Amino acid sequence: MILVFCELKDGKIRKPSTEALSAGRRLADASGQPLGALFAGASCAGAAEAATYGADVILTAEGATLGSYSSDAYAQLVADAVKAKGATVLLAGATAMGKDVAPRAAARMGAGYASDVTGLSMADGKLQAVRPVYAGKAFATITFTSAVQVASTRPNVFPVVEKAGAGAVEALPAPAGDFKSVVKEILAKAGGKVDLTEANVIISGGRGMKSGDNFKILEELADALGGVVGASRAAVDADWGLPHSMQVGQTGKVVSPTLYIACGISGAIQHLAGMSGSKFIVAINKDPEAPIFKVASYGIVGDLFEVIPELTKAAKAMGVGKG
Amino acid sequence: MKILVALKQVPDTETKIKVAADGRSLDPADVKWITGPYDEYALEEAIRIKEAKGAEVVALSVGSDSAKEVLRNALALGADSAVLLKGDGQGDAFAVAQMIAAYAQGKGFDLILCGNKGIGGDNAAMGPMLAELMGIAQANVIVKLELGEGTFRAEREIEGGSEVVEGALPAVITAQKGLNEPRYASLKGIMAAKKKTIEELEAASAPAVAVVSALALPPERPAGRLLAGEPAAQAQALLQALKDEAKVF
Repeated sequence: MILVFCELKDGKIRKPSTEALSAGRRLADASGQPLGALFAGASCAGAAEAATYGADVILTAEGATLGSYSSDAYAQLVADAVKAKGATVLLAGATAMGKDVAPRAAARMGAGYASDVTGLSMADGKLQAVRPVYAGKAFATITFTSAVQVASTRPNVFPVVEKAGAGAVEALPAPAGDFKSVVKEILAKAGGKVDLTEANVIISGGRGMKSGDNFKILEELADALGGVVGASRAAVDADWGLPHSMQVGQTGKVVSPTLYIACGISGAIQHLAGMSGSKFIVAINKDPEAPIFKVASYGIVGDLFEVIPELTKAAKAMGVGKG
Repeated sequence: MKILVALKQVPDTETKIKVAADGRSLDPADVKWITGPYDEYALEEAIRIKEAKGAEVVALSVGSDSAKEVLRNALALGADSAVLLKGDGQGDAFAVAQMIAAYAQGKGFDLILCGNKGIGGDNAAMGPMLAELMGIAQANVIVKLELGEGTFRAEREIEGGSEVVEGALPAVITAQKGLNEPRYASLKGIMAAKKKTIEELEAASAPAVAVVSALALPPERPAGRLLAGEPAAQAQALLQALKDEAKVF
């Protein structure tokens, strides 16, 4: 079996999980194995939707003890499910939770783990993974020597494919409790916007923005395009009050949106590493020699303080962010 | 309190990556090596705990002789002692976690700190694997840490915010940027570090189970084009191109 650890949010399967399920379905077809989806929580309502993405079996561990995420409890649950089902491949979306639970579960099983993969295939029944290393400056092909093979899939990379699976639901026992650590509280950021790693459109600002207040014009453009705002390391480190969670680059987030608009970002190698996986890159910079133009699909040499408001105005007029 | 800080020697973020002749590893020529940027936050946190409540801080690295540089720097910054687990550096995260677990088991560490990821492999896996192997709690990508009597409370970065994790010590805590502002080594610290010895041990044997079979540079991006004209015309041309050519909208 190919087993996928899935996350639910408000009774819906999170998008990175549907991507992992779709990738898992492809591997299952390639190797003639069933696809399993694993859910855990106080309630697993909504898990049945996994059949839409090809799950033959839907495993649900429901119980009060699973209401709050616990690294050790979830890792044990996942490892037990892999063992019970004789799964050879375990996938999870490379989300905050997926990246927390998957390596711990892998260690529990003595399994090899490939994090944040961008490519997956089966050769002779063994998993092969491709993943960015050095923040995307290179790509490594990973093969496994362990019986169980674990990978987390980078959000926004694997296409979501709807393909009906049998979707037989099977309940798993919930662990008793007494966990080593547990999440006590979620502190949501104001706005509740999509995380950079999952965003389809990112508008990023660099040193050329001149101040944190000026990011307001990027927010306006992001709203018009249905995107979220990021920043370069130079901007985050400039004491403009921008949080590190906004930073895109080698020591920040590595992103792969459909559209990345770099505003006033020169394109240091660390920044390019973090965003060169974007499908389309737009560079807006007044310096025509800026290295960012070398990776840009479209470049605008000009004053961003003039260009960005025009872009926002034109985007609103065209109504592009509405669909 | 006894704290272990695991530090990794990594290529400077400025490094331009070249693939070695074997087709599966980094060409080390012209690479400048540094302490993993996230490991620096881990070390700083350990030193702050030592200053605030008293602790013994042991710095550890897995690798060849060159990793001693990282340990020497840790001693200069305030680590009490340093251990180098000598290995070939070819291991995956699981191999390294096993080597560190073999060393740390039974030594009474209350806290194990490391970066949330080494830059390079970018696996973000060693910490959680080590926690599992040692059978202790973990909290990853931490921007705030408070210690109680045998307990910890940590704030960890998640999508769109953060979450508070509470657990029992001992624990593995992996640091994220924002946890603290690492200090620079003082001249006195650097001089004192020169006199300290770095304990060298053979790393436990642990073969990699996830093996890099090939390393390649990303494909070149297709050449782009510049959009000319006044700002309003540039804006219009860009949106049109994104809609018609790129089909982004």
